[in-house]
Amino acid sequence: MEYFKNILSLPPIYYTFAILSVLTLFGALGTVMSRNPVHSVIYMIVTFFSLSAHYILLNAQFLAAVNIIVYAGAIMVLFLFVIMFLNMKQESEEMKKDKIIITAVITAVILGGILIIFLRRAEREPVNPLTYNSQSGMIEVLGKSLYGEYLLPFELISILLLVAMAGAVMLGKREAGERHF
Amino acid sequence: MNGFMQWANETMFLWKALIILVIFAITLGIAAYSTWAERKVAGYIQDRSGPNRAGWGGLLQPLADAGKMFFKEDFIPAQADKWLFILGPCLSMLTALMSSAVVPFGDSFLIDGKTVTVQAIEINIGILYVFGVVSLGVYGVMIGGWASNNKFSLLGAIRAASQNISYELAMGMSIIAILMLSGSLSLRTIVEQQHGFLNWNVFYQPLGCLIFIVCAFAECNRTPFDLPECETELVGGYHTEYSSMKLGFYLFAEYINMFASSAVTACLFFGGYNYPFMDNVQAALNSGLGQTVGHNVGTAIGILVMFSKILFGIFFFMWVRWTVPRFRYDQLMNLGWKGLIPLAVVNMIITAVSMLSGYKLAIGMWVGLIVFVVILSVVWAMRPRKKAAILGA
Repeated sequence: MEYFKNILSLPPIYYTFAILSVLTLFGALGTVMSRNPVHSVIYMIVTFFSLSAHYILLNAQFLAAVNIIVYAGAIMVLFLFVIMFLNMKQESEEMKKDKIIITAVITAVILGGILIIFLRRAEREPVNPLTYNSQSGMIEVLGKSLYGEYLLPFELISILLLVAMAGAVMLGKREAGERHF
Repeated sequence: MNGFMQWANETMFLWKALIILVIFAITLGIAAYSTWAERKVAGYIQDRSGPNRAGWGGLLQPLADAGKMFFKEDFIPAQADKWLFILGPCLSMLTALMSSAVVPFGDSFLIDGKTVTVQAIEINIGILYVFGVVSLGVYGVMIGGWASNNKFSLLGAIRAASQNISYELAMGMSIIAILMLSGSLSLRTIVEQQHGFLNWNVFYQPLGCLIFIVCAFAECNRTPFDLPECETELVGGYHTEYSSMKLGFYLFAEYINMFASSAVTACLFFGGYNYPFMDNVQAALNSGLGQTVGHNVGTAIGILVMFSKILFGIFFFMWVRWTVPRFRYDQLMNLGWKGLIPLAVVNMIITAVSMLSGYKLAIGMWVGLIVFVVILSVVWAMRPRKKAAILGA
């Protein structure tokens, strides 16, 4: 009884967190387990949405909005786009071989073990509520630190993205004389 | 319960809820009557009378249409993915209705000495919210088109996806110039900075405004960019298999999108609820009716101004639809990637240079634009004539 009383006296934000976590895990499991690739993509969009909600709980509005615009709004549309082009009606034979399944299980167990060990060993620095800046997830603070303190890494990353984009265009480009459909 | 009442009193919860409800109702009402207005405008442009049987001037036509839609057979194809087939129109409607949440429709009302802003939610990343919702809008079309299990629907869905993704880029870049001017992502701040008439962003950003409106047409799937539902090529496009109110949702979502995009365009470029000589009007109202009532009446006038801008925007959508023919698909892609995105980048550069040059901003912008047009026409006239084969004709 004491346990349930404790649960009932939790502040509402814990309930929000619990519901969102269930939703996130539901989406993630659905992504892995559904047999239809289009359903997988839609579950993944659900996951991205609940992750954005987690960001909002952490007071990181900008990150939440960008997560939705870039991942849910652009990248997943392209995923869906490509999957609709490929006609994947029949299940792939790869997943039915015993070898593959055994390898996958071993890898998953090892990865899960490593994650759990790291989480238990990690030294978590408690947040000091007196010195913590509640605006640190807002766009003004974020912009100032990106264009001030972290200017060089930021610019380098943008050059990296530009190079990758130019490379992709180069690879996808139609050669002279090649037929275009 | 007491805590809730106190919180409700402090945040003016009831007034806010009322405003949200009214905005919601007005959105739906305007969208419903847009379907009537569209046929009237089409009739006027094509020199015929349009709907004129149901009610005076056909005013009851939207109700009659809705009734007809409800009583049609709700058909789901046997090979369709049932749940996704239902989800498609729901998503379309949901995302269409969400975008007007951050639009400031008016200044604020003073009630019992407290201010209630005429806006559903005020967040400091308003534009990003609009962008997020707009980029999600395509899922309704894509999921519905795919779930129909029909080649024409699938082609329509794929067209919609590639079109939306392409035009979102140019749209975002045209807005970056606005953000450089305003220094804020909040729609309310952007509108407040366009106080009066000469401060409207359209005078500083004519090119950006043009790009934004073209992209808004593409994002709403309106003619000349309505390739996803192009009847001559794709039967009905993504909603070929839909019937009854599911089809109604798709068609209705388009009109809500028109309303929302007109509202956002009015906020970003045409001053939102600001109008010429508003300070004089406000002063006259304040001296005639007292501070509180004067402020409230002034806000009401602002809301009317905002809605007349929105209605003009919707009319503009219709005007273009019944005047301009549809693009071909490769023309659409060329316009988006090779026309609008470079133009948006140029617009950004001109804005940045004129902000840093130290002259008055408007002068810098217009001089920059004229210089760009001159350079472009010189380069265009001197361009080497290529062989037709390379142009891909």
